[in-house]
Amino acid sequence: MSKPKLALYWAASCGGCEIAVLDIQEKILEVDANFELVFWPCAMDPKYKDVQAMPDKSIDLCLFNGGIRTSENKEMAELLRKKSKVLVAFGSCAQEGCIPGLANLYSKESIFERVYKDNPSTDNSNGTYPQPRTKVPEGELEIPEFYEKLTPLNAVVTVDYYIPGCPPQPHQIWAVLEHIIQGKPLPPPGSVLGAGVKTCCDECPRTREEKKIRQFFRPHQIMPDERLCLLDQGIICCGPATRSGCGALCVSAGVACRGCYGAPPESPDQGAKMMAALSSVIDSQDPDEIEQIVSSIADPVGTFYRFSLAASMLGRNKR
Amino acid sequence: MKKITIDPVTRLEGHGKIDIFLDEQGRVANCYFLVPELRGFEKFCEGRPVEELPRILTRICGVCPEAHHMASAKACDAVYHVEIPSTAKKLRELLYSIFFVADHTVHFYALGGPDFVVGPDAPAAERNILGVIRKVGLEAGKKVIHTRSMAHEILTILGGKAIHPVTALPGGMAKGITEEERIKIEGYAKEMVEFGKFTLKVVDDVVLANKAYLDLILSDTYAHKTHSMGTVDKKNNVNFYDGQIRVVDTNGKELLRFEAKDYLNHLAEHVEPWTYLKFPYLKKIGWKGFVDGPDSGVYKATPLSRLNAADGMATPLAQAEYERFYKTLGGKPVQATLATHWARVIELLYAAERALELSQDPEITGRNYRVIPTATPDEGVGCVEAPRGTLYHHYVTDEKGIVKKVNLIVGTTNNHAAISMSIKKAAQGLIKRGTTITEGILNQIEMAFRAYDPCLACATHSLPGEMPLQVRILSPQGEVLDQIERF
Repeated sequence: MSKPKLALYWAASCGGCEIAVLDIQEKILEVDANFELVFWPCAMDPKYKDVQAMPDKSIDLCLFNGGIRTSENKEMAELLRKKSKVLVAFGSCAQEGCIPGLANLYSKESIFERVYKDNPSTDNSNGTYPQPRTKVPEGELEIPEFYEKLTPLNAVVTVDYYIPGCPPQPHQIWAVLEHIIQGKPLPPPGSVLGAGVKTCCDECPRTREEKKIRQFFRPHQIMPDERLCLLDQGIICCGPATRSGCGALCVSAGVACRGCYGAPPESPDQGAKMMAALSSVIDSQDPDEIEQIVSSIADPVGTFYRFSLAASMLGRNKR
Repeated sequence: MKKITIDPVTRLEGHGKIDIFLDEQGRVANCYFLVPELRGFEKFCEGRPVEELPRILTRICGVCPEAHHMASAKACDAVYHVEIPSTAKKLRELLYSIFFVADHTVHFYALGGPDFVVGPDAPAAERNILGVIRKVGLEAGKKVIHTRSMAHEILTILGGKAIHPVTALPGGMAKGITEEERIKIEGYAKEMVEFGKFTLKVVDDVVLANKAYLDLILSDTYAHKTHSMGTVDKKNNVNFYDGQIRVVDTNGKELLRFEAKDYLNHLAEHVEPWTYLKFPYLKKIGWKGFVDGPDSGVYKATPLSRLNAADGMATPLAQAEYERFYKTLGGKPVQATLATHWARVIELLYAAERALELSQDPEITGRNYRVIPTATPDEGVGCVEAPRGTLYHHYVTDEKGIVKKVNLIVGTTNNHAAISMSIKKAAQGLIKRGTTITEGILNQIEMAFRAYDPCLACATHSLPGEMPLQVRILSPQGEVLDQIERF
């Protein structure tokens, strides 16, 4: 029997998902032994034309990381969807846009203006902006179109499964691959793989006392107790609104969670979940005082939706 | 006019593409290095609390997140006018040194190394990490995997997460290390120093002992006379974490020496419509187009440039190698692009030696690794040497520390113009009238590009593995006349 065919691909991402796959270390040899790697631009030689030439649905498993930022990202997503039996949104960018999705708070025009024009080191009195096609003396040059907004993978194609994390932790990546290698059945389409079913708090080694708080602090403003829950100490920690699975890495290092594993099960909107969690720790019944306590949160959108803005209900632009 | 497209990471997947135009005589008319990607970090950081930027800007690059984490934390310190405790500084530099060992290891053995170690004329199937291992022995392969795994462990201890670290914040570090952890790091650092020595021996045995390789390194096809940028300490030794920026001219004479905070007085960026990446240049000289020489503002910021811009290395073994490097290659400055690979290994040894020194420093286990900033935040610049070039983060905030403006000049961006020129020169040297474009020629053109270790995730990606090439020869009507692919 031939080995199942595996493909890995990146779109608008940082490369961290790829490094995370390499960080499964010697297990990569087992992946090689059990799958036929047909496409992985970072670690083997890709043949784009070969992918095009493959029969539809001939790739058994495709792990796709990165969001859809340019026309090129979209074209690749469509091609790999067509060629793959199972398409997995791999990592936070493909699942929900991740940090690059914060760009959706701004318009394409304002991004170009900041990067290429109104920028202290840039000398661009002509107002030149990159454009998809440019005539040069020798001919024409082409670059992909930068879209108005970044979208997650499932905004352009149907996604079968999601593996969360920024990046997905190597032990979780291996758990999913091992499950498939052993031929165990997969859960229903649309499921999240390679993560827990509770919240980050469930894995956190700190002691939670469900204390009520009267003021929020920013991370650099106080020295937190090393054993106690950060949220109990007034530091915004997105643990209650984040799916378990990473092993509570950041909180174990004394740093609050920012939600890279996405919303927990049964919570469609991570930011809304976080706001609900906060409302339960605020120690006041007085509307004015509540207003004052809440206003000590420095950047609700950029904190509660740090990783999930592009997939959330908040989609509007501002200048 | 014919157009050859070299697409290093295939056409549609993008993140870096080279177009070579031939004239009617079949000679190279011009070359363009296009970066087809933008994510807009400089804009969407606006409105964020500045202390969150060390955790946001890591996502520029998952290959070198430590560089962005450190530059960002330093910029935050500057925004808050806070002097971090000595232990915090040492912890950051220790983290950063370990990262350099890991990063340079990957490049030498997996990415650039195959050309350098297996040889440019070797069959394509051999020019990969497996080919390197076959050439230098299975033991070396195990050492590479072991070095990566040690680094992963130390980076998790110091940074919280190995990919996208989280522990540096304005005022210092969120955590320190225990004596037990220190002992582990010291042991690993000792192994890394041995690994650095071993890697230099590979350079000696495989590359320098072969006159044909040495001739290739020193050949004009791979040379470019540009200014060199790097960070130096007070004694003008190479430093990755802190110091002053020094630029030496094409003759090795000091042209500029400045504090990172004054970068706007010395650097500017040029915009072209056919690439999303900008072209930095020295303001003093100005943008003169894609030309090299003393009268061009184009500079390089690479491992080779760092060695050129400094007077030496701060650790003994690396210093001895530094001296041998210039003695072998005919004095300073070295302008041979391919010598960047050797310079990278000398830096690897320095990083390992520096990590060992720091792991043995009595202060490294100190509990005073953080202070609370008290000054009103306003503006600051943070700068480190990223593996692929000098990295500048510049933030302006309101009085509450909410970001108003961000400006970034990242490692590879410094070299955008130089990379374009190096490719053109290699192409001109290799493609003449009537030349049949072979796979070997493609690789030799690509070698000019690969020596820079372009981490284009900071624009695009260059990850371990063989870079594929696609060359298309098109008629002026855009019809594909010939196509060669190397996979």
